[in-house]
Amino acid sequence: MSAQVDTTGAAAEDRVAVASNWRLVWWRFRRHHLAMASAVFLIVLYIVVLLPDFFATQDPERTDARQAFIPVQMIHLFDDGALAPWVPAIVGKRNPVTLRMEWQIDPSRKVRIHFFAPGPKWRVLGLFETNLHLIAPADPKQRIFLLGSDRLGRDQWSRIMHGTQTSMTVGLVAVALSVILGIVLGGISGYVGGKTDQVIQRLIELLQSVPTIPIWLALSAALPRDWTPIQVFFAITVILSLVGWTTLGREVRGRFLALREEDFVLAARLAGCSRARIILRHMMPTFLSHIIATSSLAIPVMIINETSLSFLGLGIRPPAISLGVLLQEAQNIQTLALAPWLLIPGLVVIVSVLAFNLVGDGLRDAADPYSQ
Amino acid sequence: MIRFILQRLALLPLLMVIYSFVIFAIMQAPPGDFLTAYVATLASSGSSISADQIQALRHDYGLDQPFIVQYGLWMKSLLQGNMGLSLEYQRPNVDLIGEQLGLTIALALFSFVLTWAIAVPAGIYSATHPRSIVDHALTVINYVGVATPNFMLALILMWVAFAYFDVSITGLYSPEFVDAPWSIARVLDLLAHIWLPAIVLGIAGTARLSRIMRANLLDELNKPYVVTARAKGMKEWRLVLRYPVRLAFNPLVSTIGWYLPALFSGSLIVATVMNLPNIGPLLLRALINQDMYLAGGILLIYSFLTILGTLLSDVLLALIDPRIRVEN
Repeated sequence: MSAQVDTTGAAAEDRVAVASNWRLVWWRFRRHHLAMASAVFLIVLYIVVLLPDFFATQDPERTDARQAFIPVQMIHLFDDGALAPWVPAIVGKRNPVTLRMEWQIDPSRKVRIHFFAPGPKWRVLGLFETNLHLIAPADPKQRIFLLGSDRLGRDQWSRIMHGTQTSMTVGLVAVALSVILGIVLGGISGYVGGKTDQVIQRLIELLQSVPTIPIWLALSAALPRDWTPIQVFFAITVILSLVGWTTLGREVRGRFLALREEDFVLAARLAGCSRARIILRHMMPTFLSHIIATSSLAIPVMIINETSLSFLGLGIRPPAISLGVLLQEAQNIQTLALAPWLLIPGLVVIVSVLAFNLVGDGLRDAADPYSQ
Repeated sequence: MIRFILQRLALLPLLMVIYSFVIFAIMQAPPGDFLTAYVATLASSGSSISADQIQALRHDYGLDQPFIVQYGLWMKSLLQGNMGLSLEYQRPNVDLIGEQLGLTIALALFSFVLTWAIAVPAGIYSATHPRSIVDHALTVINYVGVATPNFMLALILMWVAFAYFDVSITGLYSPEFVDAPWSIARVLDLLAHIWLPAIVLGIAGTARLSRIMRANLLDELNKPYVVTARAKGMKEWRLVLRYPVRLAFNPLVSTIGWYLPALFSGSLIVATVMNLPNIGPLLLRALINQDMYLAGGILLIYSFLTILGTLLSDVLLALIDPRIRVEN
């Protein structure tokens, strides 16, 4: 145990002896470098979720059919050895056979960009207005496509920022709902026992043997067509968490069953604690870290599920933007051969799911008091 | 043992009744019924139908009855093996589903076999050579494999094949075999095509299973009986395969319970992206077009396959693990 603390000896042992559980978990977590790096990545990701407009360079809905399928304009930081960020300009040429406009990168012409520069106006968390953006072209009339554009000439970079907001929020909210359902129902099941336990256990078994993807599809298809994107969003999260809570419910029940017989629970009961106090103050803290670890591993599953549903056209629906909605643009192989950058939203999904999994694994190891 | 299987089998009809009720409720949930959609279809093709005829049809199909009665009618015809008529295809649903059910099951089972054939050796190798380069490489592949949505992998593979090798890897047959009658050549052609969707479908499961195998085997390898066997001079491979692997296998077998059903429902997405003849895309179309009896039938089949998968894993586990047999 003292191996992870820099200083060895009695002083360190004392520190470990008096450290709270959370501090111990943090010490153990800090040792997983990959998990720490992923955690930093996730923090950045959720800053994007909070302020997508700050990162976006354009209005994600702005269409211009003449600027369809513009390739990726890579950011270059240095120009002739001096710090002067720019992106290469694009030139359009009409294909004589297909009569389609084909865009190409023209590295000889440079479009200047600035960091932390003014751009289109947006509202910070809906509170006050600002026009500060992370990246903005020096000439406000110039459009830049950092990650290319889609078939309607919408800027993919800006759309990914907004899609990330939706997809990551769905994951988080769906897991939060699952955790609440799992703790409440699992807790009741484990603490009350008897008939109630039987009913909840059968319900969990029933839900766990449901063919998830087909049933999710059927439920999403049953949503009224005239619902607003916000309503659809919440309906989808509820649908996703309907099955998600069962695993957690089982685990919470198991913990409650084991803890119910412990001496400290008996002591609390004899001391006259109310049921709620025993559950919340005495039993919950012993497995809270475990629940957090388990639910952080559930978030990536939710993100993949949302992306898949939206990709099939039965999840989040346009005009709402999610990473799955963006990937719908990549459904056609001919389009994909023409514009491979339409797969980039998928990379965002993979990397963020990877980060969630690594953090979750790190947390699980750190939360386990018997891990070495 | 037989009693145990019979008990589980007795539960099957009960579960199916519960599922069918829930599915019927979901199918009924969207506004309008399939006659409204039917009338819209007719109108879009230029023909029309009188209000009297609609009323007569509605009466024939029992759509003017209360929910419970409609459900009863549906169940009654289901028990007679009649799944109704598809609105979109104007053909019996039994035929539509039957045509593609075989390949749906074949794809899932093929993917299942492939998963085990890859995951078990990979897991054993990782556990017996911990921290080797291969072990680290497998760990990376595993993490990425779990993090990649099925459809994304399918898209990437299809794009690479199309853009760089100029081949289309959609479908399950070469063009000349699509409508051909069954023959040896057609089966071989199917086998030449099915492995790619099977890998796409199974990659996440493969990653997960080989991690489980690795972790279990690592636990077993440190136990005294392994040291004893090694001390008496047993050959290392013989020893590993003979004892610890067999023990590490049990938790793997219990994954069949969720893995087989996950393959059935996961094949829906892969089949849609790769354009495979599968009940998945059929369900998707049926849901979008409100072809409710077709969708309901397919959902029931999915539920049935799911229950069957769980049952299979319970029986297998009882067969290979005597402890479970004794408890029952």
